[in-house]
Amino acid sequence: MLLIHCPYCDEDLPELEFTYAGEAHIDRPADPASLDDEAWRNYLFIRSNVKGPHYERWRHNHGCARFFNAVRDTVSDRFLTTYRVGEPRPDLESLIGKEGRE
Amino acid sequence: MTAFRVAESGRVRHDRPVEFQFDGRSYQGLEGDTLASALLANGVHLLGRSFKYHRPRGILTAGSEEPNALVGTRRGPGRYEPNTRATVQEIWDGLQAESQNRYPKLSFDLGAINDRLYMLFSAGFYYKTFMWPRSFWERVYEPLIRRAAGLGKAPQEPDPDHYAERHLHTDILVVGGGPAGLSAARSAAKSGARVVLVDESAEMGGHLLSEPGLVIDGQPAWDWLAGMLEELRELGVRVMSRTTAIGYYHQNFLALCERLSDHLKEAPADLPRERLWQVRAGQVVLAQGALEKPLVFDGNDRPGVMLAGAAQTYLHRYGVRAGDRHVVATSHDSAWHAAFDLSDAGSRVEAIVDTRANPSDALREAARDRGIRVLSGHTVTGTSGRLRVNAVRVNPVHDGSVGPAETLGCDSLLMSGGWTPSLHLFSHTKGTLRWDDESDAFLPDQQAEACHIAGAGRGLWGVEAVLQDGDLRGAEAAEAAGHKPESGAFQVENDRTGSGETHRELPSDRKPGRARAFVDYQNDVTAKDIRLAVREGMKSIEHVKRYTTNGMATDQGKLSNMNGLMIAADAVGKAPPQVGLTTFRPPYTPTTFGAFAGYHRGDHFEVVRKTPIDSWAEENGAVFEPVSQWRRAWYFPRQGEDMEAAVARECLATRKSLGIFDASTLGKIEIAGPDAVEFMNRMYTNPWTKLAPGRCRYGLLLGEDGFIRDDGVIGRLSDDLFHVTTTTGGAARVLTMMEDYLQTEWPDLNVWLTSTTEQWATIALNGPNARRVLEPFVEGQDLSPEAFVHMSVAECRVAGFPARLFRLSFTGELSFEINVPARYGRALWEKLYEAGQQYDVCPYGTETMHVLRAEKGFIIVGQDTDGTVTPDDAGMSWAVGKKKTDFVGMRSLSRPDLVAPGRKQLVGLLTEDGSVRLDEGAQVVADPNQSVPMAMIGHVSSSYHSATLGRSIALALLKDGRNLKGQEVYVPLPSGLHKARVTDTVFYDPEGERLKV
Ligand SMILES: [Zn+2]
Repeated sequence: MLLIHCPYCDEDLPELEFTYAGEAHIDRPADPASLDDEAWRNYLFIRSNVKGPHYERWRHNHGCARFFNAVRDTVSDRFLTTYRVGEPRPDLESLIGKEGRE
Repeated sequence: MTAFRVAESGRVRHDRPVEFQFDGRSYQGLEGDTLASALLANGVHLLGRSFKYHRPRGILTAGSEEPNALVGTRRGPGRYEPNTRATVQEIWDGLQAESQNRYPKLSFDLGAINDRLYMLFSAGFYYKTFMWPRSFWERVYEPLIRRAAGLGKAPQEPDPDHYAERHLHTDILVVGGGPAGLSAARSAAKSGARVVLVDESAEMGGHLLSEPGLVIDGQPAWDWLAGMLEELRELGVRVMSRTTAIGYYHQNFLALCERLSDHLKEAPADLPRERLWQVRAGQVVLAQGALEKPLVFDGNDRPGVMLAGAAQTYLHRYGVRAGDRHVVATSHDSAWHAAFDLSDAGSRVEAIVDTRANPSDALREAARDRGIRVLSGHTVTGTSGRLRVNAVRVNPVHDGSVGPAETLGCDSLLMSGGWTPSLHLFSHTKGTLRWDDESDAFLPDQQAEACHIAGAGRGLWGVEAVLQDGDLRGAEAAEAAGHKPESGAFQVENDRTGSGETHRELPSDRKPGRARAFVDYQNDVTAKDIRLAVREGMKSIEHVKRYTTNGMATDQGKLSNMNGLMIAADAVGKAPPQVGLTTFRPPYTPTTFGAFAGYHRGDHFEVVRKTPIDSWAEENGAVFEPVSQWRRAWYFPRQGEDMEAAVARECLATRKSLGIFDASTLGKIEIAGPDAVEFMNRMYTNPWTKLAPGRCRYGLLLGEDGFIRDDGVIGRLSDDLFHVTTTTGGAARVLTMMEDYLQTEWPDLNVWLTSTTEQWATIALNGPNARRVLEPFVEGQDLSPEAFVHMSVAECRVAGFPARLFRLSFTGELSFEINVPARYGRALWEKLYEAGQQYDVCPYGTETMHVLRAEKGFIIVGQDTDGTVTPDDAGMSWAVGKKKTDFVGMRSLSRPDLVAPGRKQLVGLLTEDGSVRLDEGAQVVADPNQSVPMAMIGHVSSSYHSATLGRSIALALLKDGRNLKGQEVYVPLPSGLHKARVTDTVFYDPEGERLKV
């Protein structure tokens, strides 16, 4: 079982307290009506499905109930970092450097 | 004393005999014996038949890696355990064990015909069968496989044992209680770190238990061991025997399975059988030792053929000689020592056959001293003996050519193909391995977790080196865990260091096609199978594994992986590291389902949520059904009523006069704040701005994809407060969805969301007399039709309790839903029930609720919708705010596929014969005379017998359904083909007159 760092509680807590909530940094368009069908389809269904570091959302639902963002390596299943909603996408190179991996 | 027991020898209690049974026959063993050692002491070597070929099999090892000696053990009803490794099972008075995979008996087995049909079962046979004619598969092959395959029989009764689980946090976890693990635990504990030491065996000591002749720091090995364990106890180390580390997961999370009662004659009733430990360790020391490899030659599976190290363990730990006349075949020095020890214990060693041309002079001399014949530079080319080995065929090898054979008589063939460092747990962590040319083995390389590998697991050999290494790794772990370690030093006398060579299958002078040289004993995979797989195009070791099933049995190839790799590498023409190893996965050894299930069985399998009125329902004879995690009253049968009769009565009583229903499980969410109405407008399809406080509205919630996710009646209590209801099953999902939007898309909205599902008890009164019963209880709200119109909500008092009162209807009747704080739920229910007696009030359950709503064509989300139904598909475009510019899912409603003609739409179905009730889920076709497979135009989503209408009714999702109204469709069911007419979804009171009471 993974330990996940909740950026709001600022603690490493067991995976059981959390749920995955899909890819991160996909904003709901401000004016959906202005999007053509293809753009709307892309918003709904098209995801990056990366092999490697993946920006994704989690929710600490059996804790503070907050949604937050994370970078997790989908190959090693390791969290590189977690951060609060609204914070910018962390720089991948500095993260991987920090972990000393790959 | 039994024939093969060595007096005064071993760690067994010679003064404590134990009676047990194997295949119905009684035997005597000693306390401390395993089933395997006790049977060997009685001269029993034949323990089972193999998986595929039903070949006679014996005991190969002395540990948990055993692939052959699998038996069923029984300790009363429900306590039958198949595939117990006889080498691990400790005996107790009355233990009953039986052999497996044999019919009618172990010594004469009809399934052994498979051995003659060898060609049928060669590599890839599962795959090849699919290309054979179907008739052959059905009549010949499948019955044959079904009879042949399967390892043991699953017990039929529920497991009467119970299983426990615990969590454990520690600075350092040491896996393996052999010399490396012991010294690691000690040096780590001396630093002050919290240390846990686990070993799968009944007692600590590992290899030391098999080598009492060692002298460590001036003490005989077993005295030293006792002192060491005492010291660990004083240092506060938690020492856990019979505890297997079964899996090693991320962030130093390990699972341990502790076996508590299988070794006891009588287990206390409150003792769990096993306990699963979930451990989070700061640092891990893996000291799992090494596993001995078999040599691969024709007939290496005959009972009586055993690993030399295992024979050494049986001799020293259990005081049992594996036979009277041994031949030892080896490519490693270690087997020589086993031969010497057996010879010293009174066995006759006919010969040591070494594949190497030049074993060391010291070994030759020690053999000569004992009168043991040495055949160096030899190969083994066969064995004989029907149920037990009685001879070994050996040949000299010169410059790669095999010379003339010689036959050596024996009753025991001991073999050693060298040792494989045991890195299974390390492999679970995705730690990488590197090939070491010197030891011809894979050793740990890059590690992915905070772990340290000690001793034979990283290729070290000799007890002194291993003790020293364990001490260092323990210190290293302690330091990494933030402690200041001290290291010790060890002196070992009589240490038997040694080396060896690694082989593929041994050379032979016989036709290789006829050889049964087993690589994987448990799955009956031979060297020939692996070469065939490579010839048939399997170049990757992963393909070879799956094609041959090598290493895929329950022992996960502990003995076979390296031999398989050496043969595959040779066949492919590559070096072993270029071919690589397959991945080991948890669990390390087969683990019971009970251990994984732990407490989560029976009543503890899942939470049962009960409403405040549940106890009343139970007292009044309700039959319950589970709805998500809730237990809901399904119907209230009276004496002699079945479900159909009870539901018909409940429906009629409600429509005629008055029904009372516990609706407390409805999800409830309070939406509060200055932006509450804006939030509602964005979430739900309906417009909310103009909904006045005191009124309520049916709300429809979509996913962003435009499909219906949930629904419910929503009351506006004030400008900034909404009381939202959701479906019973959707409550948590809807709140999560709302939170998601609020937290991440619209954090600017000033809104609070609170789940209030369990805060309110909800009682629904339905029927023409609902107002008459309720009215006298209500204070603070005029219930007259004019003052409290349909779709109203009010905060008031009911029977003195604070209440939120809704007038709405899910049945089509005049109806009120009264919410009171949960603690008053039952009291209010009883008052209303009592007052309702004058109107023959009828408590009804979920089934009646379903029927009544279906008569009105009200959908149940998740039953009449399936995640692909839009509001328009469900005939509910009226619920979508036409003037709204945005809400969740709105943009999707104009996607091309969602407006295309031919979508499935919700309609009613009336069968031609009203007594026929269609099956929910049944497929609907337009033309019953078309050929199979027919074109299906939809399915039945709801179907009931309506007592009100005196016939069956159904809802269905049909392609272009609304255009089919009035037409006939067909529903093929097992009972026959049924004709039905497509209708409107509202079967009862389409004008809504009954609400106007
Ligand atoms: Zn949190």
